Amino acid sequence: MLHCRQQCDGNHPVWGVGELDLLQLSISGLANGCVYGLIALGFVLIYKATEAVNFAQGDFMMFGAFITIWLANSYYLGINFWVAVSIAVLIMGMLGYLLDMIVLRRMFGQPQIAVVILTIALGFILRFLAGAIWAHEPQSLEFPLAGEKITLGGLVLGVEEVAVILVTFALCGLLYLFFSRSRLGMAMQAASQNQLAAYFMGVPVKRIQSLVWALGGMVAAVAGVLFASKGAIDPSTGLLGIKAFAAAVIGGFGSLPGALIGGIIIGLVEPFAAYGLPAGYSQIAPYLIMLLVLIFRPHGLFSQVQKKKV
Amino acid sequence: MTGEPVLQIDNLESYYGPIMAIRGVSLEVRKGQIVTVLGANGAGKTTLLRTISGVMNPAKGTILLNGEPIHGREPDAIVAMGMVHVPEGREIFPLMSVAENIAMGAYVRRDTSAVRRDEEMVYGYFPMLGERRGQQAGTLSGGQQQMLAIGRGLMAAPKIMLLDEPSLGLSPLLVEEIFAIIRRLNEEQGVTIVLVEQNARVALEVADYGYVMETGRIVMADTAHTLENSKDIQAFYLGVREETQRGQRRWKQRKTWR
Repeated sequence: MLHCRQQCDGNHPVWGVGELDLLQLSISGLANGCVYGLIALGFVLIYKATEAVNFAQGDFMMFGAFITIWLANSYYLGINFWVAVSIAVLIMGMLGYLLDMIVLRRMFGQPQIAVVILTIALGFILRFLAGAIWAHEPQSLEFPLAGEKITLGGLVLGVEEVAVILVTFALCGLLYLFFSRSRLGMAMQAASQNQLAAYFMGVPVKRIQSLVWALGGMVAAVAGVLFASKGAIDPSTGLLGIKAFAAAVIGGFGSLPGALIGGIIIGLVEPFAAYGLPAGYSQIAPYLIMLLVLIFRPHGLFSQVQKKKV
Repeated sequence: MTGEPVLQIDNLESYYGPIMAIRGVSLEVRKGQIVTVLGANGAGKTTLLRTISGVMNPAKGTILLNGEPIHGREPDAIVAMGMVHVPEGREIFPLMSVAENIAMGAYVRRDTSAVRRDEEMVYGYFPMLGERRGQQAGTLSGGQQQMLAIGRGLMAAPKIMLLDEPSLGLSPLLVEEIFAIIRRLNEEQGVTIVLVEQNARVALEVADYGYVMETGRIVMADTAHTLENSKDIQAFYLGVREETQRGQRRWKQRKTWR
């Protein structure tokens, strides 16, 4: 590798990547992947609990980011960053809850495709609403630690990227504790594993489903804050929800750790594909992986398919 | 043995979409009784139980639990009032452990110390579950899942339990084991039991009183003993063959309730 680099002198991008660059690329890929993973997590959360796919999940992320930008950036309201993030997370949670309670519950008994179209339309509404309120130009969140660098033996890392990775893992740990320890988390698990049985045990399934939507909205808001901290965001950024959808499929739609890992896989593959492949092909990479997974492991990498005993 | 009525159902009607599944059912369950509802496939037994436990809403009629109307209420409110439904086909939470399934049974309860005591009681009735606390419930065998479903139901500290086909798909030996436990629960814990069954023989053995359902109606109601000895029940539910004068089985038999 070293030998080659001297020979090729970095003219070709592939050979120009040294070990440090490789590591740096991996870390920025990992940071991107975390955001994808969090959006995918939202997909899976809602799908498992309500059997509806929220195609507006990416737009939830974008909207959460814009609420935070609006609250925190100095040229808007300029309130304290952490307060702004908490408020944005709460607002997105409420949006998710009300959406389920007011709109989606009425769709009960309608065919799946109706819910799909509804959430796609909802994504459009959020996108244009955000554009109307905050304009269509890319903006980035004024992250308090922005621009600072962490140097680790020659490796220079942006604080933002490290923060994204740490926050994602902390959030996942928190979600794990919530689902395995808390009463509400157990009820959500129960309702998603066997809705009928949850009913019979006295779990208020409808309210639980609304709360899962709330959780989906809150996770999306966190993903949005992370995304906007490390780069600019504009209202159409929500479309990367499709990429996150691919991540969820790769992880095996229905597995929470799978969703995160699917997101990280896509995040890691993207920058390397951009280096190694001709321009344009890197955008195909996530979907190519999804296709391969669907062909060779149709239930995804971490499927939780259970056959019911009769 | 029998006390005041705990569950009174009057003229209940219930629909699956346009199909009328329950056509005016009335029945009464007294405290401490085991009451069985017999009937073939599609007679409306499961629908009846689902309507009682609040998962389905009745179109007409009243359901009184301890004198209080519960028709049209949400299932969680009904569970909190002390009536639990153990559904047909062992609807457990497959990805949770046995212990977590058991814990979910006590979802509506807040009295932690009593819940812990009941956990030990459940493991006492079903020692097999105690041995497999940590095992994922989906990996249990069919009979074990049925025991788990009953044990989980017990965790709601029910005064009345609705059991839907606990014998479904189980070997005769397991059926006997489960019915022995049902009887013990009734005698030792004083749980009133409504037992829906296709397996009329075992059901009538444990029950005090029985109803026979056909196409959404109750066609017969009597003590289990009388039902067991009724010619129609014997012919249609217990498979007893009656020899005719010519020594052949009569295939064109009529049920007297029609």
